[in-house]
Amino acid sequence: MSRPELQAPPEIYYGDIEAKKYTQNTRNQQIQADMTYRALELLNLPPDQPAYLLDVGCGSGLSGEILDEEGYIWAGVDIAPSMLEVALEREVEGDLFLQDIGQGFGFRPGSFDGVISISVIQWLLNAETSHPTSSPPHRLNRFFTTLHSAMRNPSRAVLQFYPSSDDQIQLITSIAQKAGFGGGIVVDYPNSKKAKKVFLCLFVGGGGTQQLPQ
Amino acid sequence: MVRLITHNLLACHAKDCNTNNFPLQFKDVQLEIREADFNPEFLKGFMPKIEWKALVETAIQLGDTSLPLEQPEMLDEEFLKNLHHVLLEIHVEEGSMTCPNCKHVYPISNGIPNMLLAEHEIG
Ligand SMILES: [Zn+2]
Repeated sequence: MSRPELQAPPEIYYGDIEAKKYTQNTRNQQIQADMTYRALELLNLPPDQPAYLLDVGCGSGLSGEILDEEGYIWAGVDIAPSMLEVALEREVEGDLFLQDIGQGFGFRPGSFDGVISISVIQWLLNAETSHPTSSPPHRLNRFFTTLHSAMRNPSRAVLQFYPSSDDQIQLITSIAQKAGFGGGIVVDYPNSKKAKKVFLCLFVGGGGTQQLPQ
Repeated sequence: MVRLITHNLLACHAKDCNTNNFPLQFKDVQLEIREADFNPEFLKGFMPKIEWKALVETAIQLGDTSLPLEQPEMLDEEFLKNLHHVLLEIHVEEGSMTCPNCKHVYPISNGIPNMLLAEHEIG
C-alpha cells in the first residue's frame, strides 16, 4: 500500500476508524513511544527545570501521555478531529488545538521551551489545492517561520519524519534554515531499511554553540 | 481543555493581523475546574513568559479575582497556589475566542479550539 500521506489529507485519512486503529495498534504505540523518548533525549532540556512544550501533530496523544508521565506541561495541535477526540478519551493533560500547521501558529514569541513532532511534517509535502497558499514550500515556510518565533531563545525542536527522498530532506532543511533555525538531520539506524529514523533537530539561538547531537 | 496558561500565550494568526491581536476574548464560556499537581518550580520558571495584565483581566472575566493587579516580586506560597489554580486548573470547555483586532472567531467545542483559517485569512 502507498504511504498514508499520498492517499488523502491527514484529517480525512485519520477518520474515526483509522484514528482508533492507529492508536490501539500496539506496534504503533511502541514505535511512537520509542521515538518520543528519543526526541526528548535529542531535545536535551536542562535537567530538573520544568518545561512547557509543544507537540506538533499530537494526534491521539500517544506522545502526550509520555510528556505527562515525564512531568512536562504541554500543548498539542493536530488537524484530524478524530485523533483529537481519541486524545480526549485518553484524558491526556495537554491543551489540544484543531490546527493546520501549514497555516502557521499564533503563539507569542518565546512561548515554548522545546518542541517535538513525531511522524507529522511529511504531510506538509503534499499540496491539496492549486491555491498559492497551499503549495508545499509556502506551507513549510509559514510553519517554520511561526514555529521559530514561538520558541524560546535558546531552545530546540526535534521533528521526526518520513521523507521519501533526499530532495524532500533538502527542501525541508533549507526552508527551516531560511526561517532562522540552526541544526540539521540526525539519522538513527541509517543502514536498516526498517528501523531507520530521520530526526530534524532544529536550534533557536545559542550563539552557534549548540552541537548537533549523535 | 483551554487553560489560561496556553490562552496567555496565544495571539491571532490570521493574515496581516499583527497588532492588537492579543489576548483573544472569551465569549459564552462553560468552565470546568480540574485539579492539577502543584509545581512551584514550574510556576516560578514560567512567570517571565506571562503577560500579566492579560492574565488578570481574563481571570476576572472568568470569575476568578485571586490574582493581584500588579505582578508581585515576592512569590509566596499563597500567591503561587492562586497562580497555579488560574493557569492550570480552570478549563474552558465551550464558547469561543474572538480576536480583538480582526474579529476572527475561534470556536471552542469539547475543550478544543478550532484554529483553522479560511483561505483568504492564510498568511
Ligand atoms: Zn486577528
